[in-house]
Amino acid sequence: MCGIVGLFLKDPALEPQLGALLADMLVTMTDRGPDSAGLAIYRPPAPGLSKITVQSARPEADFPALEQRLAEASGGSARVAVKSSHAVITVASDCLAATRDALKGLAPDLRVMGAGESVEIYKEVGLPKDVVARFGIAGMSGTHGIGHTRMATESAVTTMGAHPFSTGADQCLVHNGSLSNHNNLRRSLARAGMAFETENDSEVAAAYLTTAMARGRDLGAALAGALTDLDGFFTFVVGTKSGFGVLRDPIACKPAIMAETERYVAFGSEYRALVGLPGIESARVWEPEPATVYFWDQRQAA
Amino acid sequence: MPVFDLAATPLRALNQALHGVAPGANDTEFEVLNPRGQHAVAVGIDGPVTVTVRGPVGYYCAGMNDGGTVTVQGSAGPGVAENMMSGTVVIEGDASQYAGATGRGGLLVIKGNAASRCGISMKGIDIVVHGSIGHMSAFMGQSGSLVVLGDAGEALGDSLYEAKLFVRGSVKSLGADCIEKPMRPEHRAHLAALLDRAGVADVRPEEFRRYGSARKLYSFNIDNADAY
Repeated sequence: MCGIVGLFLKDPALEPQLGALLADMLVTMTDRGPDSAGLAIYRPPAPGLSKITVQSARPEADFPALEQRLAEASGGSARVAVKSSHAVITVASDCLAATRDALKGLAPDLRVMGAGESVEIYKEVGLPKDVVARFGIAGMSGTHGIGHTRMATESAVTTMGAHPFSTGADQCLVHNGSLSNHNNLRRSLARAGMAFETENDSEVAAAYLTTAMARGRDLGAALAGALTDLDGFFTFVVGTKSGFGVLRDPIACKPAIMAETERYVAFGSEYRALVGLPGIESARVWEPEPATVYFWDQRQAA
Repeated sequence: MPVFDLAATPLRALNQALHGVAPGANDTEFEVLNPRGQHAVAVGIDGPVTVTVRGPVGYYCAGMNDGGTVTVQGSAGPGVAENMMSGTVVIEGDASQYAGATGRGGLLVIKGNAASRCGISMKGIDIVVHGSIGHMSAFMGQSGSLVVLGDAGEALGDSLYEAKLFVRGSVKSLGADCIEKPMRPEHRAHLAALLDRAGVADVRPEEFRRYGSARKLYSFNIDNADAY
């Protein structure tokens, strides 16, 4: 089944509550998928700085000296903020690529969850309530975010197999459904230069959108292309640095409901996920149409 | 009147109370507060109880209803009134996918819009939708009537058997073996009675078009192999 949530704020006054609202939405969707859970939170970027979220199976061994070792290896300064099995490494944006390269040598077992100026990604095996608690999601502020609780169908229950999938800077995707042409698509995307961490069909969808946007499409156009090129069942919720998009396949078996007020746009697999949002009683609530692209951008929403 | 506040009382208590109403009992009107999208609200009613739900419900509300009258003052999730046997279910907001699926009797009224697969495999239920319906509605419908005051999405009545479809607005496309049929006086009378039962007063039967099965896919015929 899987459960998806997403929240895109239009009112900056809600930003301190983003993590708490999103965490509650995700926990409500626990019974749609108990295998793993994850969230991507977009936080206001600091000028000139970028972030890499990494995960370790042995955080007590990998993280304590990481800051110093990164500084020695890359020559720049890196700040490492540890959160349970994850750490957010903040570096100057022009050192991002060098830091990622340095990480491969220094700590080859670390897994990169995502990178960019704004996004932080936290995901682990386990129930949403445990995942949001261990990373302190409820205390996080931000502009928008997406979350996913997984019932595994296409690949193994692992941390890397959890959603969101991030394959480009500040881009991420959560998926409910299953794709039938992901193996072919993975091969063609790999030939185009994309690297894959898992056998998961949803990672292919994320890489598809990343590749489309790298070729100059905006999020809306990339999602429209997915309707032609992806085969199978899907409800996608995707995030970019300033954008938030939703897409369902033409059959639209996978449930989806959206709500919009002057303060936010929200997505849930079920209405239950939305009941705790402020002003939901008077929100415009609708079911997104099949094969129809919905997307919002902070620059347009502001 | 018994009132169940689902913010404080488990859903199971409500459904057990609904199932426990003895034949001939007087206290048959129930009110449900704070459903907050919960699943399976008022499922399995098997007597003439009346339930008013104040707020949106999740999956399968009023499923298998046999004789009850359920009104939802809000929207309904997937599968509302699925497999209804008899009685009346009214959704004052919108309904999600497969409303009234496999229903064998009774009346389902949706005052807003219904999403895809409304009335899929309907087997005797009557469904009246004030707004529009989504794609693949009445797929494999076997009997009963689907009345739509608004528009219908793609593939209406795909692989239809004997269900009667009436649409007032546009139809995006008809599914396999579904065709438009003439509105004869008996159809207008049938539709007028349905509109009356559903409380629709300001719309005339003459405004609708009728759709039904061409009956070419009923049983295997080698000449139709390409259409299966």
